[in-house]
Formats: sequence, C-alpha cells, structure tokens
Amino acid sequence: MINIAIIDYGSGNLRSAVKAFEHTVKDLNTKVSVNITENSSDLDKATHIVLPGVGAFGDCINAINNLIDMREALDKAVIRDGKPFLGICVGMQLLAKIGKEYGSHKGLGWLNSEVVPIDTLGSKIKIPHMGWNNLMISNRHPIFEGIPNKSHAYFVHSYHMTCKNEKNVIATVDYGSQVVAAVGKENIVGLQFHPEKSQTIGLKCIQNFISWRP
Amino acid sequence: MLKTRIIPCLDVHDGRVVKGVNFINLVDAGDPVEQARVYDEQGADEICFLDITASSEDRDTLYNVVSQTAQQCFMPLTVGGGVRSIEDVRKLLIAGADKVSINTAAINRPELVSEASEKFGRQCIVVAIDAKHNQSDGYQIFTHGGRTSTGINAIDWAKRVVELGAGEILLTSMDRDGTGNGFDIGLTKKISESVSVPVIASGGVGNLDHMVEGIRDGMASAVLAASIFHFGKYSIAEAKKYMRNAGLNVRI
Repeated sequence: MINIAIIDYGSGNLRSAVKAFEHTVKDLNTKVSVNITENSSDLDKATHIVLPGVGAFGDCINAINNLIDMREALDKAVIRDGKPFLGICVGMQLLAKIGKEYGSHKGLGWLNSEVVPIDTLGSKIKIPHMGWNNLMISNRHPIFEGIPNKSHAYFVHSYHMTCKNEKNVIATVDYGSQVVAAVGKENIVGLQFHPEKSQTIGLKCIQNFISWRP
Repeated sequence: MLKTRIIPCLDVHDGRVVKGVNFINLVDAGDPVEQARVYDEQGADEICFLDITASSEDRDTLYNVVSQTAQQCFMPLTVGGGVRSIEDVRKLLIAGADKVSINTAAINRPELVSEASEKFGRQCIVVAIDAKHNQSDGYQIFTHGGRTSTGINAIDWAKRVVELGAGEILLTSMDRDGTGNGFDIGLTKKISESVSVPVIASGGVGNLDHMVEGIRDGMASAVLAASIFHFGKYSIAEAKKYMRNAGLNVRI
C-alpha cells in the first residue's frame, strides 16, 4: 500500500500537484492513496512525501516551520527513515542550506547548496525563466525512467540552486548559463520544473517517483 | 534553450466559450474544458481563459470551469477578466489556475499587484495592459475594451507594474485587436525592451507571419491568439511548424 503525503503549507499550486498525482495514480495497478496534510503525524503513515511550492523562499520555509512539529517529522521521515521525498520548484529549492531571496533564509539543509538569483551574465534574457525548456539529463536517476534526454519541461522561476556537490545535480537546463533543473541524493529528489504542468513527461516523472524504491 | 510560447486564448462567458471552433471530435464546442483539451493535444504551450462575464455573481461558474480544466489538462493555465481582489486571485489559484491576469483593478489600485505577488509569488501574477497609439504621447493605456482612456503612458505603466511585482505582461494593442492586421510591432518591441519580465504579444494576429513578426521583430517571449485558432484557420501544430521554419525555437 502506497501512501503519498503532499504537505499543505498554503502553497498556491497545491491543487495542481494533487490533481496530477491523483490522475497518475488512476493508471497504476497498485493501491495508492494521495493525502493532503498539514499534520506532522501523517508523515509516519506515509510511504512517500511530496513538498510542492510556489512563492518566495522565505515565506515558504516560514510556513513549513509554522506547522506544528512538521520540521521534526520531515527530518525523521526523510533523513532517518529514508522515505522517498520529492520537492517541486520552491519545494526543491527548500532542500538548500540557504535561500537568498528577499534576504537570507535557512532552508531544510538536506543538500549542500544555496539558492541565488539566476545569473543573466549581462545578457537580455528575461527573468522569470518562464516556459518550456529542454532537460539535459546528466544522471540517469530513476525519476527519469523512460524520459528521453532533451525532453521539454515547464519552468517558472527567478532563483536557482547552486550545488556544492556536482554529483547531486541530475539534470540541468540552458538559460543564460547551466541552471540546475533536478537534484538527487539518496532518497531525496527535487525538480525545479513543474511536473504537474509538463504534460506527459511530467506525469511520467510523477509515476516514476511513486514507483521509486530508493 | 527556452522555447517561444504559443498561447491560444478562450473568451469565456457564463462558463461557455464564445466563438469556439467546432473541432470534429468535440462533443460540445461551447465547453471550455473540451476546447482546452483539444489545444492541449495540439501542443499549445499554455492556455488562457478570459472571463468576459459582466456580472460578478457568476464567478462560481468560472471557478468550476477552471477546476475541471485543471483536472484534465496538465499544462499551464492563465485566467483573467474581472479579477479585483486578493481573494479573487486566491480563488482562481485554488481552482487550478497557474497564473492570474489583472487588468483594470491594477490601474484602479496598483498596490493590488504588489500584494498579490508578495502573497502568491510574482511568477503567477500577470498584468494585462491594453494600449492604444496616441499622436501626442506615444502609447496610452485604456480600459473597458479600449473605450476609456486613462491618460497613463503604456511604457511607464509597464515598468511600474514590473517594479510592483508583475511576473509577466500580457500586452494587447487595442488598435489591432480584432483586425487581423498583425501585432503592433512598435508597441510590442518598446515594451519588451523596457521590462525584464516576459511579454506576451496579443491583438491582431490574422496569419502565421504575424506570429513570427511578434517574436522576431516585437521581441515578445510568447504570442497569444484567439480567432485564428478558434475558427480553425490554423491549428497550433501548423503555427508551430511555420514558426520553426522561420527560424524560431518552438516546442514540437
């Protein structure tokens, strides 16, 4: 029995993420329940944990910190118990030690990384990085099972993650410079793009996550 | 490489599509959810719903339409028309919109843009600008479908809303809208060059060359069109192929 906990901390795109998971689950043979929760105790029952996210880094981490016992429950479920974890967009960025959006904020700190403004390198590229861009898959992580290199994924973000450990980067995207598009470390995976908005490819990522047994 | 976006726009009135095309495989051409699904299958990069319902009591119908669309189409959805408050933005996002477009309310109370972007993130706040050429002052912004002048310069306004927190600008030329004579390239280029955020060119598309011009000459990040897709003159796939042959980067 698969039990997916999608953490509700007031993020605007929660519904889209939930709908995409529910849609994906319909096509699976195994029994899967998708639960939206703000209750830290639900993480004990969960087999998979999802952190969606849009908005500013500081607001998002504060909102999570304001859920009673949620930080402790996340650390226990993801770091100690090793449950598969998926962070989406800002949900991925929150894996960082520090986020430098409207000030400097401490993240979950699970990846040795920082979140900083996308470097335009003096070019005229537009910020936010908004639209469809090609995934350059550098590590054949299970999340990309059946997904060809250079597949299009939908991005919307103004800040990006810089990883101290290159091995944590599993896909990049070309936008002015090489922007981190996905990260992975043990049972943790993060997607900068929106799988719930990336049509077939995105739904495939979600399906892969559900089947993932790290 | 980031791709140029092609965005079909559906005018929705009382939960029904106005001027929807009767695609062969559609059960109900007036159903926005079905229309969105077809555009999704054709490869549209995003979909835009513009609610043209006059009365605000019918808003629940719109939320319902957005919610049903989001259940079937896993692609970005922008919704605009009649958005007046933070609560309106919130309800649309909860229903399943990814971006919400604000127009007149931003002119009446510019703080709405900053409040909404601080609360929901600037990536989901689009400011729609309806501009008209004016002999003395370049371009001015108008409200009420181009009938009411505000006296505000369009370029100044575009810069201002970006400072306030708009993540994208949906720029419509009121001179060109509905004419089929092509985008106002001068206006599009001026605005695109004046702001750091993506600009969606709108108003006037009559053929596929116009779409190419909007990107290549107007320097827009995306093109929005309604009637050329609705009336089945071109499919999204045809438009994309044409643009690719013209040397533009599109997602095929």
